[in-house]
Amino acid sequence: MKSRIFPLIATIVVFILLYMIGWQRFPAFGTTRVVLNILTDKSFLGVAAVGMTFVILSGGIDLSVGSIIAFTSIFCALLIKDVGVHPLGAFAIALALGAAFGGAMGAIIHYLKIPPFIVTLAGMFLARGCAFLLSEASVPIEHPFYSDISGMYYVFEDKGRLTFVATLFVIVLLVGLIIAHFTRFGRNVYALGGDKNSALLLGVPIARTTIGVYMLSSVLATLAGIIYSLYTRSGYPLATVGLELDAITAVVIGGTLLTGGVGYMAGTLVGVLILGVIQTYINFDGGLNSWWTKIVIGALLFVFIALQKVLSSGRPVFKLPSLKR
Amino acid sequence: MSEMTQPAERGFSLQSLTRNRAFWPIFALLLILLGNRLIAPDFFNIEVVEGRIFGSLIVILIRGAPVVLLSIGMTLVIATKGIDLSVGAVIAISGAVAAVLVSTTDINPILAILISIGVGALCGLWNGILVAYFNIQPIVATLILMVSGRGIAQLITNGQIAIFNDETLAFVGTGVIAGIQFPIYICIAVFVIVMLLVRRTAIGLLIESVGANDRASYYAGIKAAQIKLFAYVASGICAALAGLILTADIKGADANNAGLWLELDAILAVVIGGTSLDGGRFFLGLSVIGALIIQSVETGILQSGLPPTFNLVVKAIVILIVLLLQSDVVRRWISNSVNRLRGQMRGQTA
Amino acid sequence: MTTSTQPILQTRDLSISFGSVDALVSVDFNLRAGEIHALLGENGAGKSTLIKLVTGVYAKDSGQILLDGKEINPRNPREAQLLGISPVYQEINLIPTLSVAENIYLGSQPMRFGLVNTAAMNKQAEALLNRYNIDIDVNRTLSSYSVAIQQLVAIARGVDMSAKVLILDEPTASLDRHEVETLFNVMRQLKADGVGIILITHFLDQVYEISDRITVLRNGFKVGEYNTDELPRVKLISEMLGHELTQTLGKQATSETAKPKNQEAYIRVDGLGRKGYLEPIDLTVNEGEIVGLAGLLGSGRTETALLIFGIEGHDQGTIYVDGQAVHLRSPSQAIQEGFALCPEDRKTEGIVGELTVRENVILALQAKRGWFDFIPIKRQQELADEMIEALHIATPDAEKPAGQLSGGNQQKLILARWLASEPKFLILDEPTRGIDVGAHAEIINIIKRLSNDGMSLLVISSELAEVVDYSDRVIVLRDHKKVAELKGDEVTENRIMQVIAEEPNV
Repeated sequence: MKSRIFPLIATIVVFILLYMIGWQRFPAFGTTRVVLNILTDKSFLGVAAVGMTFVILSGGIDLSVGSIIAFTSIFCALLIKDVGVHPLGAFAIALALGAAFGGAMGAIIHYLKIPPFIVTLAGMFLARGCAFLLSEASVPIEHPFYSDISGMYYVFEDKGRLTFVATLFVIVLLVGLIIAHFTRFGRNVYALGGDKNSALLLGVPIARTTIGVYMLSSVLATLAGIIYSLYTRSGYPLATVGLELDAITAVVIGGTLLTGGVGYMAGTLVGVLILGVIQTYINFDGGLNSWWTKIVIGALLFVFIALQKVLSSGRPVFKLPSLKR
Repeated sequence: MSEMTQPAERGFSLQSLTRNRAFWPIFALLLILLGNRLIAPDFFNIEVVEGRIFGSLIVILIRGAPVVLLSIGMTLVIATKGIDLSVGAVIAISGAVAAVLVSTTDINPILAILISIGVGALCGLWNGILVAYFNIQPIVATLILMVSGRGIAQLITNGQIAIFNDETLAFVGTGVIAGIQFPIYICIAVFVIVMLLVRRTAIGLLIESVGANDRASYYAGIKAAQIKLFAYVASGICAALAGLILTADIKGADANNAGLWLELDAILAVVIGGTSLDGGRFFLGLSVIGALIIQSVETGILQSGLPPTFNLVVKAIVILIVLLLQSDVVRRWISNSVNRLRGQMRGQTA
Repeated sequence: MTTSTQPILQTRDLSISFGSVDALVSVDFNLRAGEIHALLGENGAGKSTLIKLVTGVYAKDSGQILLDGKEINPRNPREAQLLGISPVYQEINLIPTLSVAENIYLGSQPMRFGLVNTAAMNKQAEALLNRYNIDIDVNRTLSSYSVAIQQLVAIARGVDMSAKVLILDEPTASLDRHEVETLFNVMRQLKADGVGIILITHFLDQVYEISDRITVLRNGFKVGEYNTDELPRVKLISEMLGHELTQTLGKQATSETAKPKNQEAYIRVDGLGRKGYLEPIDLTVNEGEIVGLAGLLGSGRTETALLIFGIEGHDQGTIYVDGQAVHLRSPSQAIQEGFALCPEDRKTEGIVGELTVRENVILALQAKRGWFDFIPIKRQQELADEMIEALHIATPDAEKPAGQLSGGNQQKLILARWLASEPKFLILDEPTRGIDVGAHAEIINIIKRLSNDGMSLLVISSELAEVVDYSDRVIVLRDHKKVAELKGDEVTENRIMQVIAEEPNV
């Protein structure tokens, strides 16, 4: 039994259990509608969580993703509405900006040796602040391109709707999975998170990998912002406040160790789905209030962290060298 | 105390002044206050109306009180090489507890306040146990309460904004004694008590030792777990007091928004004050200065007529500047280029 | 002998110093292709420094490094590795969370269509390990395997990257006999392939078993270069410890484990040990007595100290203080019993560099007194000043951060910390290592003075002359086991060396 795959299995079991409980109470869980709705509702969270997975695997954290989503949505809305740029052009500009932003954060983290927590906190304030500077109110987007996109979906027999944004999420996840598991960059990210000093000695390009990870996370957060704007057909500077917490939670519930180096991209999908199932269940149940979502998620987070602790408890707290040179 | 380490031995000199670690935060605060004065000419005016002191400086103190309190607890936590992300959530919980108790039961409001503080201490205890006894990374351990805390607060208030009419509880936020608002007294009292606790007992030294060198402290017989527990409980109590002030101020507990993102402000205040996120030496007074800097920036933006939305951008820039100045790499770079410049100048004169 | 005489790796006049400490002075080192060359010396001899220079971790001050006769200047470990110099450290610098195969091929994975070809990578890794008769599931995480396997994986990685020179730093420290055998087989195979192997180890038996030649370093200088089969064991030890043998040797040492006559021993350690860490050890220390712990590096000296002080847990045996059994599970409990330990590693285990001299002095005493029985600042200053004066700690004042003191003064500072806690039993682990001559003599005087004042001391040291000088009795350790207890006339440098050098009875 490979111990590193155990958290992933535990996550899948939890997901199935939760889903079964939901199905028991609400027959609608038996249709494709519930799952597909979750995929649509959580599409921007999911895309951001894919980026967060890379960051956490590398041993870091990125608090800026929620703000980047808000900034992107309002930035694109204004470019399209006031400047008259075609949405695709606006998206390209936003993505380039996101890449530069993430790259800058990564460079500060690596070269100035400032903890990622603080650097991305500054990034969070900056992106949110810039979003406010652009507009304080929600800006609706009316463009034929947006109508076309929201008209693109596939309807299943039981009326489940596979939307464009849900599909995009799944594609991003698959690409993320391939990058994480089957590219040198991805393996370097795992190595960096597993043991930074050893990674350096083994010749892993630390600078390039660190900067790349934060760049990737910001690009995906920008993409999530684009998805948000497609999904809501608007830009909103107050959007997705605290989404980074949900993303971190999804990644951890998905079995990725917050200490870095261990985890599966597939787990992040399951983590996002678990968040969606809990929310759907509580929405369906008129008697339960929305705050139970947070409490249940917090409890799950605790259980998973405790589980990870138990699994890794073989490691000594202090690495006392048994024999000295 | 150690804020003002090593009195200048060779008399007054600009160099010894700028080397003092208290210099830069205080200098920054004065600069920002002066900037505010330029924006609003009546900024330094303080007047007494109906036995109550008014003025922008007082506003900064009152509005800044919650972050000042948080930054005191956060300083202790960070000094042990930890971090407490949950203080915003604890604010929501403690506010909810106090508001619901006084509005739905006949309980003595003083007791309600004490229970609310006790709940804050319990939250801190939970964090502390996870960190100190289960060896969970602080950022992860406190994330749990950060995520679930607001849910718990909503559970307590049943999802409503819990409104109350109790004057005793309201006094915590808006009461006036001798012309000065009550939150200011709370801040001063907490600061003095914590200062006495850490500097007139061994706790401060032990915290610094554990934060600076965990292993050597263990060899010296220090029980690090108890020290960490103390820091997190202190942080929980500070957060509860901040929650009481915020709740009392609006006579209602808003589980969703009370203290939202204040943990970030508190961490920022500590970092501006010069306490390293790597633990070790801590500077309570300078953390308070840091909190006041943050509040002064916010008040200044408000008075300038700029939309409050500028807050975040300015805050981000302030963080970046502070971080750059504190980074060893940048410091080395600056001192190297200064030396090079000096060398060139000497070369020219020679 | 398969050894060629062609040197593959050489250093010429290689020197480096850190601050005022000369870590390596004009060292000429010669490694031939196809030989196993043991690099020996006590702590601080310069072994690690030499390795770090050759692998590009440090930059030399002067001298040359030659590989295949051509000068090289590796700037980092990566460059050294590309040149063909692969180090394998005791703490195994691999990624524990990645699979075995990934660890071997990190950075050079086989690719297909621009993606990592995991199947091919696993196959290659299996084939590579099979060459050394290692048959394991290469898809499992590295951390799920024993240290021995991890070590072999590290070697396989190093060799696969076309290593000409393989450096093994204490490779056998945590391996059992069978695993050592496997490792040696791999080493012999590599030797036959023409790889030059540098072996750093403190197991002298293994040195004689596997190595062809030996270079001994001491205090940064090269003492000599020998063919292993021409260097008697006792001579090797005297070279390492730096003492000439003054009389002919040959008589077998008789192991003395007799109990002291005095049953009122202040400290009595009875069968204290932990499986795989330290064989059960008996020792006593009387009031006012200095007991020396001698033995080579890695013989179990530090382990003994850590077990007694409660830093490492024991699974058998008991400690008696004044006839009373005590149960020590942490340093703070040991301190309450009046114990004190000056650890060997001053920087990480001793001083708290950020705190001032004064704070460092009172730290253990304050920890002992608890949170609220605070030592008033004035008393702290007095204590610090007293200690600065008594131990001649060179510092402008007591408010200087301890991290800024020199090594010798830091050592005295830690001693001061423990003296301030008024211990009855003081354990010193290498109290005179890496400090200048003046401080050295002062510390020895302090040790003697303390014992005259009635304190019980257990002193670990590699400096035999100094151990003989101050010890009333000397306990000799070898291979994590007590092998002799010398007292009275037996306490001589020669006798200690003889005991250390004895072939273990198999």
